[in-house]
Amino acid sequence: MTPKKLSGKIYFLITVTLIYLVAYLFNENLFFSSLQKTLEMFLKIIPILIVTLGIMILVNLLITPERIRKHLLDKSKFKRYFYFILFGIIVSGPPYIIFPILKDLKDKGVSNDLLAVFLYNRNVKIPFLIVMIYYFGIKFTIINSFLIIIFSIFNGLLVKKFTD
Amino acid sequence: MTLKKSIKQSLNNFKAMLPILIGVLLLVNLLNNSFQDIYFKIFTGNYITDSLIGALAGSISFGIPITSYIIGGELLDQGINLLAITAFMMTWSTVGVAMLPLETNFLGNKFAIVRNALNFVFAIIISILTIILINFF
Repeated sequence: MTPKKLSGKIYFLITVTLIYLVAYLFNENLFFSSLQKTLEMFLKIIPILIVTLGIMILVNLLITPERIRKHLLDKSKFKRYFYFILFGIIVSGPPYIIFPILKDLKDKGVSNDLLAVFLYNRNVKIPFLIVMIYYFGIKFTIINSFLIIIFSIFNGLLVKKFTD
Repeated sequence: MTLKKSIKQSLNNFKAMLPILIGVLLLVNLLNNSFQDIYFKIFTGNYITDSLIGALAGSISFGIPITSYIIGGELLDQGINLLAITAFMMTWSTVGVAMLPLETNFLGNKFAIVRNALNFVFAIIISILTIILINFF
C-alpha cells in the first residue's frame, strides 16, 4: 500500500503548527494568546461560514460552468462583456479548474480582454459578500464591488491593447 | 446539477478551504500579537505608501477572497487603516504571483504578466477610490 500524498494545504497547516511550536518554546504567552484569539475568531465566523455554505450550494445548484459556457459564445461585443462580468462573478473554483476552462474558451475564439474581464470579476463573489458586509459594512461592499466591475472593463481593454 | 451533487460539491470546496483558512487565521494572530506595535510605524495614513504596502502583501499571498476578508477584518480591528486593507484584499485574489506559472501555462506569458501588472496598479487605484467614495457618501 502506498502512503497517501499530502496536499499543499496540509503542508501549510503543518508548517504553521511547527511555527506555533517554536513560538511555544520561546514565548509561552504569545503561543496561548494567539491560539485563544484564533479560536475566538473562528467561533465568531462560524455562523457566517454556514450562510456562505448555503449560498454556495444554491449557486452550484443553479449555475454550472458548462451552462454558462453555452451562453458566452456568439454574442455581440457589448453582450459578451456583460456575460463575462456575470460569468466572473458567479463562477467559483480554484485556478487549476478556472484556467483550463478559460483556455478552452480562448481556443474557441474568445479574446484576451474577455478573459481578463472574467478574472477580474472573480473578486466579486456573491456567496462571500456576506462576509465582506459583516466586516466592512454594506456601503464599503457596494462601492468596492461597483468599482471592481467598472475597472474590470478598463482592465480588459488594456489587456487587449497590450497583448494583441 | 442535482441538490445532492450541489451539496457534495459545495461541502468539498468548503472542506478544501478549511485547512488554509485555519492556517491563515493562526498565522495572522501570531503575527498580529508579535508585531502589533510596529503596524503603526509601517502604516502612516499616506494614500500611496499604505496602499502600496497593502497591495504588495496581498500579491505574495493568493487564495479565495473570503480568507482575505477575514484577515482584513481582523487587521482592521488591530487598527490598520482601511486603505491598506482594501489594497491587500484586492491583490489577494487578482494578483497571483504564486499562480503565475499556472496562468502562463494555460493563457500565455504575455497575458499573465500584463494582466497581473495591470491588476496591481488597479488595486491601488480602486482602494484609493473606495476610501474617497466612502468618505464622500
